[in-house]
Amino acid sequence: MQDFAHSFTLAGELIVSGNEDLAEIIALSMRVTATALGISALIGLPFGAILAVSRFPGRGAITVLANALMGLPPVVVGLSVYMLLSNAGPLGPLQLLYTPTAMIIAQAVLITPIIIALTRQVIADLNAEYADTFHSLVVPWHTAVGALLWDARFSLITVLLAGFGRAVAEVGAVMIVGGNINHVTRMMTTAIALETSRGDLALALALGMVLLLIALAVNGAVAFLRGTERSAAHA
Amino acid sequence: MHEVVSITAHSEIRLQSAPSPMPLQVRNLTFATDNTEILKGIDLDLATDHLTVLMGPNGAGKSVLLRLLHGLLEPTSGDVRWSGQPLTKAIRKEQALVFQKPVLLRRSVSANLNFALGLRRIPDRAIRLKEALADLGLESLARRPARVLSGGEQQRLALARALILKPKVLMLDEPTANLDPASTLLIEQAISKVRRSGVKVIMITHAPHQARRLAEEVVFIHAGRITEHKPAKAFFDRPESEAARAYLAGEILI
Repeated sequence: MQDFAHSFTLAGELIVSGNEDLAEIIALSMRVTATALGISALIGLPFGAILAVSRFPGRGAITVLANALMGLPPVVVGLSVYMLLSNAGPLGPLQLLYTPTAMIIAQAVLITPIIIALTRQVIADLNAEYADTFHSLVVPWHTAVGALLWDARFSLITVLLAGFGRAVAEVGAVMIVGGNINHVTRMMTTAIALETSRGDLALALALGMVLLLIALAVNGAVAFLRGTERSAAHA
Repeated sequence: MHEVVSITAHSEIRLQSAPSPMPLQVRNLTFATDNTEILKGIDLDLATDHLTVLMGPNGAGKSVLLRLLHGLLEPTSGDVRWSGQPLTKAIRKEQALVFQKPVLLRRSVSANLNFALGLRRIPDRAIRLKEALADLGLESLARRPARVLSGGEQQRLALARALILKPKVLMLDEPTANLDPASTLLIEQAISKVRRSGVKVIMITHAPHQARRLAEEVVFIHAGRITEHKPAKAFFDRPESEAARAYLAGEILI
């Protein structure tokens, strides 16, 4: 118990003192996750919206697939991306394995189905409300998709924050494709796993506390946006 | 008083430039869903120079007919022709439909109107926006989120959005249902003004007094069939069908 309390104290000191290693790991984690989220948003938001408003053969199957892939095991994603990026894989010549780019790809693969599936649901619900008006005004489908995305922006930010939360807390995939190399691909989650196994609980706890703070900040942001949405009566 | 007169005169000058004839022909129109025949072989000819009110009890098929005329529903069988042409996107662009429950975008009043303007190539968008806000008394609400407006204000915005594209045909599905008298008056004034400018108006209402105020002709529908179609005065003075007489007497029709 005393060791536990001591570790907590050390963790607090590490955070307060602005430890360089800690800051580097946090900065890399944020950069990788934010980039992965950006890529997933660029793909997932329009694709999810099109899936919600369009009618084409195979749409139902794609929707089921996107929903199923929301629960994609991170280690399976890591393994798949590893096979693609390894020297023997089709993208081997790019030499991306064990780089932050590989971790961005893995995280993007992991959360894009989440963004697609949740966006589809949000946009489908709003489209059910707007469809007759759009049809009456003879709104072209691409304009309708743009309008739905814009009008659902508060709900979609919540979707993106859900994707961010999933990516930032993920360990299996980035461990496999990043390799947890110090000063290169060491993320918060992989560092926590490593430092715990090495017995350096202070650093692991410090990173865990930062991760918790980030999760709290994300949830706080969601609550704030919901409040803003309600007060602006856009809901 | 002078100001009101000048606004009214100005509005009428604006609106007179919009319309052109678009007569309607409906032949043997049926609509069925889940083994229930809602409309049963409707034949209807509407000229361009009347404000037509569709009347009838709940479930008669009025709203379904209006949606079929605008292409929001596909008929089970039969034919809808405007100016002798089947319903195409080009024809629907010349029409506007105001729903009983207004559906507004999650944006400001102005943004809702601008969205409609952005759908067509309209050069004088700023002027149109200003006119539309003025015509429906929405100037002071222009920057308010549409969803915080009262029911009457929302319906006026829905009507403004329909009129801002200067349709040749305006369809209204119980536009003043559940509205307060002041909002009802504003909407009726706007409808009358549009009608005087030459726009064809087809309107559903359950309120006999409103129909008497606005209608030039009445189409009475009961149980999926048109039982009367005649000038408003003749309909209200001498309803021929038993159903219409009972309806106007305030009896409950099933």
